[in-house]
Amino acid sequence: MDIPYTVEVRRDTGLTNGKIGIWLFLASEVMLFGALFASYILIRTGAPSWPRGDTILDVPLATFNTIVLISSSVTMVMAWASLMRGRFGTFRIYMGATILLGFVFLVVKYFEYSHHLHLGEYPSTNNFLAIYYTLTGLHMLHVFGGMVVNAYFWGPGAKLWKTNPVWFTNRVEHSGLFWHFVDLVWIFLFPTLYLL
Amino acid sequence: MTSDHAADIDRRVKIYITVFVALMALTIITVAVSYLDLPLPIAVTVALLVAIVKGSLVACYFMHLISEKKVIYAVLALTALFFAALLALPIFTVNDGYWIHE
Repeated sequence: MDIPYTVEVRRDTGLTNGKIGIWLFLASEVMLFGALFASYILIRTGAPSWPRGDTILDVPLATFNTIVLISSSVTMVMAWASLMRGRFGTFRIYMGATILLGFVFLVVKYFEYSHHLHLGEYPSTNNFLAIYYTLTGLHMLHVFGGMVVNAYFWGPGAKLWKTNPVWFTNRVEHSGLFWHFVDLVWIFLFPTLYLL
Repeated sequence: MTSDHAADIDRRVKIYITVFVALMALTIITVAVSYLDLPLPIAVTVALLVAIVKGSLVACYFMHLISEKKVIYAVLALTALFFAALLALPIFTVNDGYWIHE
């Protein structure tokens, strides 16, 4: 039996099931990160003193990573636009670039973490580092998850393009929504952790 | 693919590139402002305002929220309500916080 409403929209919602599904998932993600942001505010406002992020963390490296992640959002949306134009080859290039940029982000984060751990700065060292590792660690897991899904659509999942291009385009759009959300979270993480 | 459809995608691509340039510029502004050593309340306000503008650009254009269906807006409105409540919780702890400590 075919999965219903993958291509045609439901009359009650005006959307495909996948679209409404990914937005409901993103709503739950907002609450997940929201809980952590609320914890951060609570701990910071309750602390007698709090270090500025730039005295501990590497701002130029994080700025570079911000540029990388924003660029990956653009390549992601261009991958979707390529499918909308019917250009599968261009999709592969943009999607490949998105995965590569995600990988660059993780590599930079690896060096950042290694540097801190080498200095003996662990999550248990102080509240600032505990929050830093928790928020950026969870965000990194999301980047990795998004890369796995994008890699599937770049590779084995792409065969759906031949049999049902509209469904494949919708899937890439949903995967893109998740990827942009990950970018959006970083847009807030960067100033709150590194610059303030 | 009709010519109207192709023209619509071309128009969208131009918007994506414009948004990308705006996001890069705003990132530079965020970092530049942090070097001004502003008082913390002003620094927080500026950083969050810029982040809100950047986030809105991503949500509106990359995530197509600017032209989405009502169901999605309803889901997000509910999420925003609960998110605001979640972020408001710490305020009660700094303003006396009697109902938390009792």
